[in-house]
Amino acid sequence: MSKQIHLAAHFPGVNNTTVWSDPASLSQIEFSSFTHLARTAERGKFDFLFLAEGLRLREHAGKIYDLDVVGRPDTFTVLAGLAAVTEHLGLAGTINSTFNEPYEVARQFASLDHLSGGRAAWNVVTSWDAFTGENFRRDGFLPEDQRYERAERFLRTAWELFDSWRGDEIVADKESGVFLKDPRAGSFALRDAHFDIAGRFNVPRSPQGRPVIFQAGDSDAGREFAASAADAIFTGHGTLEAGKEFYADVKGRLARHGRSRGELLVFPATTVVLGETDAEAHERAAHIRHQQVSGQTAIRFLEQLWNTDLGGFDPDGPLPEFDPVVGADAITKGRASSRRHRDPITIARRWRELAEAKQLSLRELIIEVTARQSFIGTPETVAETMNRFVQEDASDGFILVPHLTPGGLDEFVDTVVPLLQERGVYRTEYPGATLRENLGLPPLADPHRSTKTAS
Amino acid sequence: MAPRPNLHLAVALDGAGWHSAAWRDESARAAELFTAGYWVDVVREAEHGLLDFVTIEDSLGPQSTLVDGPDDRTDQVRGRLDAGLIASRVAPRTTHIGLVPSAVVTHTEPFHISKAVASLDYISAGRAGWQVQVSDRRSEAAHFGRREVDPAELFDEAADYVEVVRRLWDSWEDDAEIRDVATGRFIDREKLHYIDFAGKWFDVKGPSITPRPPQGQPLVTALVTEAAAHRFAARAADVVFTIPHDAEQARIVTDRIRADQPASGRGPQVFGDLVVFLGERAAERKDRLDELDGAVYASDAPVFTGTASELADLLIAWAEAGLSGFRLRPGTIPHDLTAITRGLVPELQRRGAFRTAYEAGTLRGLFGLHRPASRYAATVGGHL
Repeated sequence: MSKQIHLAAHFPGVNNTTVWSDPASLSQIEFSSFTHLARTAERGKFDFLFLAEGLRLREHAGKIYDLDVVGRPDTFTVLAGLAAVTEHLGLAGTINSTFNEPYEVARQFASLDHLSGGRAAWNVVTSWDAFTGENFRRDGFLPEDQRYERAERFLRTAWELFDSWRGDEIVADKESGVFLKDPRAGSFALRDAHFDIAGRFNVPRSPQGRPVIFQAGDSDAGREFAASAADAIFTGHGTLEAGKEFYADVKGRLARHGRSRGELLVFPATTVVLGETDAEAHERAAHIRHQQVSGQTAIRFLEQLWNTDLGGFDPDGPLPEFDPVVGADAITKGRASSRRHRDPITIARRWRELAEAKQLSLRELIIEVTARQSFIGTPETVAETMNRFVQEDASDGFILVPHLTPGGLDEFVDTVVPLLQERGVYRTEYPGATLRENLGLPPLADPHRSTKTAS
Repeated sequence: MAPRPNLHLAVALDGAGWHSAAWRDESARAAELFTAGYWVDVVREAEHGLLDFVTIEDSLGPQSTLVDGPDDRTDQVRGRLDAGLIASRVAPRTTHIGLVPSAVVTHTEPFHISKAVASLDYISAGRAGWQVQVSDRRSEAAHFGRREVDPAELFDEAADYVEVVRRLWDSWEDDAEIRDVATGRFIDREKLHYIDFAGKWFDVKGPSITPRPPQGQPLVTALVTEAAAHRFAARAADVVFTIPHDAEQARIVTDRIRADQPASGRGPQVFGDLVVFLGERAAERKDRLDELDGAVYASDAPVFTGTASELADLLIAWAEAGLSGFRLRPGTIPHDLTAITRGLVPELQRRGAFRTAYEAGTLRGLFGLHRPASRYAATVGGHL
């Protein structure tokens, strides 16, 4: 039997990839938009819907960035609401381990898992960003090299809390009067460099035991963290070659953590553009890219790398001839960490060479260098390409990132999904009751195997 | 034309009810307390009774008969789900009733609560509220491990917390999202505001990541039991839950809160809290539960046993003493909840003292409260 494809949906977020100027672009904040996308994903038998998070509005040159979609709701609140309007869809939220405490986050995820009947997932992210920290009690930040350490400890701590209930404690027998058979259910005590906490966790064990764990991020530390602790990893590696290399790398790391290759799924984020013909789809894709990267957006994007005001430049003209400004405060704040440019002079040189070689204007260059993996073509072409990626071990599936809210996946679900199903590489029904089951992940080990610190 | 409805009614939801042995009542769905279906049914029942809102209790540690720390009892309900998420889960399945989860402010972040309540307001189309709760328990502080708690300062910290949350709700003006294709701007950033709160417990920059919620300012509520809490609630809350034990106390507590309120602006609604066991055989039912629990049920709030008609008499008398409404804590759920929605409510309606249909689409609307303008919008020519 062919390897089965997994699909997931990303709710379009606050980056320039979300086109808001299109008449079909509706609210990014009204619940009806979330309901529409979630129900579309469930109609397409997707594994889960994924929400990103940002805890401070982005700024550029000291002012709130105003060219992209701004404003999003609270992750947990929306996911719990979506549990009411879907039955099978996994509900995945990005929750920061820097601006939260394990007891509270563990309560929220365990509660979400109960309230959704076992469909919760947690994308664990970290921050070392003092800019975001200005919205929270815990100001200031962890040195960058400690962020995965705290994330790892945070996750392990949350696991201890989840595992502090075995799952069989609640008897609720009215006759005998025994509600809870273990008077010390939920007991925990943890002490390390990051957390020193003890007491009773007050949410009983949830249907999945603990949420499915996702990790996003491509650094070596991130990959290692994923290999040791995550159930799925989100990646930007979209080409077949880069995908295969990444896939082999992260799957290869599992063994030394005592895990098998099936215990970590690889999900590249990708966009899809469909058309009646492949040529038409490519035309549409080019149009979308121009909607996503206006002249103004291109200038501001370039300013991130050059780290200086380029307002006088013509988007249809060439790149600046001078080098990026290094060492000053970043001109853009609040963007996802992956966008931080580590060696701007070298990147600028490479971009100039690319622009010259391909005769690209400033705007065209930005369109080129910010493109993410796209599957472009007729539904047949797209189904075939996706299947190839999965069969050749470049991924286990995809997170689809639509460019329109909330109808951006309608066409895909109506046209590509049936083709994947015809090929026998995609489910026609949800196989399980929980997200963990639908993802084909192995059941969790006995919770008390790992509970070493509870007294 | 029917007489103007004059009472507001809410129910406080906590597990299988407020009696410690409520889960053993015949009607109790004891094994379902951690399921969505239970909460949806219970809140829909409250909505069937046209109640203004439900509050949902919460805590950062297990229930206990001790003042602080777990008691290791196995014969009472232990464990609960996050109240904010219960409210969110229920919101799409209800249409009119207000949803007011409790959230502890002592160990949490005002930024997170602000966006959570604002988001609940979005998914419920304007029915969100929040019951502000403090925690002075060392056992709960130990779940966070960040600091010792000074009980004397809890309400001052809560006041700052609520101020931060309210500023964050206002930090986007209503018309900040412009989607101006001509200039390429999604928002008018002049209409987004840093709140720049600087206080003893936290500094918060703002603005919120969530646009201004449908009600502008969702309803803030708090239960008061002591002088510090009275001062806090009079200033910070839209609805204050009090615990008078007779009509005279109701008059005194209402006067005190009105005296504490700021000179400008409208004072809070003052509700009386009551634990209720309803029906012809209410006392017998309560006695049986007391026996099962091994103790006579006691509460900070007065405990009422009697018929719906007797309760209606009492509520009307206390309302005449100054209370604007009541939060009833059902002794058992669903029995006493259903007695409220199907017995008490029709009785009050017959007397012209309660609504016969929801008269507004938002929770503020049910209290005749207008949708306030953002405080930042009022500053004409103001700066960020």
